[in-house]
Amino acid sequence: MLKHFISLQWKSFFRSASFQTNVALKILMAFGALYFILVFVALGAGSYYLIEDSLKVKPFDLINRFLIYWVVFDLVIRYFMQKMPVVNIKPLLYLPFKKGNIVNFTLGKTVLSFFNIIHAFFFLPFSVVLVIEGFPVLNVVSWHLAIFALIYANNFINILVNNRDVLFYSIVGILVILGGLQYYGYFDVTDYTAPFFNLMYEQPVFAVLPWVFLIALYFISFNYFKKHLYLDAGLSTKQSEAKTEDLDWLNRFGNLAVFLKNDIKLIKRNKRSRTTVIMSVLFLFYGLLFFTDSIEAYDAPVWKVFAGIFVSGGFLFTFGQFVPSWDSAYYPLMMSQNIRYKEYLDSKWYLIIMATIASTIISSFYIYFGWEAYVAILVGAIYNIGVNSYLVLWGGAYIKTPIDLTTNKKAFGDSQAFNVKTLILTLPKLGLPLVVYAIGHYTINSTAGFILVALTGVLGFAFKNIVFNKIESIYKQEKYKTIAAYKQKN
Amino acid sequence: MIAVNNLSKKYGSNKVLDIAELDIPKGESFGLVGNNGAGKTTFFSLLLDLIRPTTGNIKNNEIVVNESEDWKPHTSAFIDESFLIGYLTPEEYFYFIGELRGRNKADVDALLSKFEDFFHGEILGQKKYLRDLSKGNQKKAGIVASFIGDPELIILDEPFANLDPTTQIRLKQIIKELARDKDVTVLVSSHDLSHVTEVCERIVVLNKGEIVRDIRTSQETLQELETFFAG
Repeated sequence: MLKHFISLQWKSFFRSASFQTNVALKILMAFGALYFILVFVALGAGSYYLIEDSLKVKPFDLINRFLIYWVVFDLVIRYFMQKMPVVNIKPLLYLPFKKGNIVNFTLGKTVLSFFNIIHAFFFLPFSVVLVIEGFPVLNVVSWHLAIFALIYANNFINILVNNRDVLFYSIVGILVILGGLQYYGYFDVTDYTAPFFNLMYEQPVFAVLPWVFLIALYFISFNYFKKHLYLDAGLSTKQSEAKTEDLDWLNRFGNLAVFLKNDIKLIKRNKRSRTTVIMSVLFLFYGLLFFTDSIEAYDAPVWKVFAGIFVSGGFLFTFGQFVPSWDSAYYPLMMSQNIRYKEYLDSKWYLIIMATIASTIISSFYIYFGWEAYVAILVGAIYNIGVNSYLVLWGGAYIKTPIDLTTNKKAFGDSQAFNVKTLILTLPKLGLPLVVYAIGHYTINSTAGFILVALTGVLGFAFKNIVFNKIESIYKQEKYKTIAAYKQKN
Repeated sequence: MIAVNNLSKKYGSNKVLDIAELDIPKGESFGLVGNNGAGKTTFFSLLLDLIRPTTGNIKNNEIVVNESEDWKPHTSAFIDESFLIGYLTPEEYFYFIGELRGRNKADVDALLSKFEDFFHGEILGQKKYLRDLSKGNQKKAGIVASFIGDPELIILDEPFANLDPTTQIRLKQIIKELARDKDVTVLVSSHDLSHVTEVCERIVVLNKGEIVRDIRTSQETLQELETFFAG
């Protein structure tokens, strides 16, 4: 029986559409995975000495203090990225398999997930270092196993809370508040959690606790899924009650309103697009890395413009990049309806512009870091509006990846979306403004640099019609290929 | 209304459609039958400029469809669920199509009220998104959406498939009514021979991409078609 399951799994992996992309991509992905593995291994092996040398504290204590954040953050990442195992078992239900076997297999499958394995690359080397540094082997092993159990507990917690947004956002909320309180020194949650992790080390017996917790979770998940192994229960996708919305206030945009209304519903009602918008909010805080001088490499003046582009352009990059793939599910409708390409593109453009302006206004809190920081963001926004808004729409014409709006699968980077043409188009998006600024900055002064970048943006804005005609013709050229590509479901 | 000229579509060396000539006059109700892979959907996709012809072209109202987009205002279609927008409610979808075709809410509501029977209380006011409706109900919504905006050419691919018997009968009445209107050309494809013979004035049989029969519907048509497909 297990043999059947494994052979099915094997085939589904090697025959999946995304696996059959070209060799270059596969190599690239392999390098990506290798990179992460190396980074984790290096961190695992090196962090002990790094912490000891630079922070002058006991590394093991510090790690134990922050482990709670590690564990919770892991849960957050999983919530967004880890795929639920339940989807593919529908065809198995009526076959003569015992339900217990199906559940065991699908739950067991998640154990091998990348999101579990990756932790081993940090904790294994770290534990080895601990032993080398003379920590008693038994205690290190018990500590290690305890964390191992907690990571796997996360795996099953994630399965159980799957898609329960309220629960999830309350966890994130608590995390942010605790982190904030700790940062400003009001309340330190790690005072209470660190002893727990220390206990795992000091009293190896207690390492049994996380394991009991893990096993209990496994049985809860097992029973839950066994009980709900019906198409209308655990396996069904939830249906939310639909409400018809008018959004009449958008009618002031004339012809564009039709599409704008649709796009807003698209963003509101689909999981994938909602995630994208949340991500674009995170971009707002990206600038903190630059303007707080916390990372030395980012102190060079050109990076300020770089930050400005990202802070104001979060939505532009995350959403705009995938126009027209957002409409992939019904692209044939759009192509045979009474629609002018120009209006369609225009509405997406307005959406991007509105989001960019909103981001710029929200990011006014950067004034706290001095006017120059905010000027960099303003200048970045002008460049985004004047130049990058076209470039993302242009690049989109070549990204022919259908988007499944209802799942978050692949929400973070899509291998097929990555091709040479889009890669070339990122250069003017990010590189050009840096170069322009550098010219101004190093020949005259920083003000001149800012003015030059802003002027480039304004110049781009002035050529809107010409550029739009060009983009329109590219969309038309690519139309048949795009329709064909969107037909291929993964 | 429709003039096909030397049209062919090849995938590699595999010819899936080859129609030297076909004329569909305005106002005709035209049925396309054929087995799987006969080229019905390919023909409709070419007609809607969703795929590019290998040779030849189609003229819709004297407009070559792969050269100009001017056929779009008077043409509407429902081919498959890729013509539906899953995250909209049926009402929103109808209004959206209405707005694209220059009809306001009142116009759309007036049209929808004529299809209350057809909807059978399962489409409007259901508090469900289109993606959560059953296949049959999705189809109903898609078909009715293709009637919005008084199109002169309506293209329906397999409209009877997935519908329940009551709805099939109602749909036949609707198509017959459209066929009576001499300004509206209706193109329908189907696997169900009795349905097409009932609603279409003219039936064309496709086999492996070629036209093998072109029949004016009469008493004997159903018999003739059954003999053809049995053979």
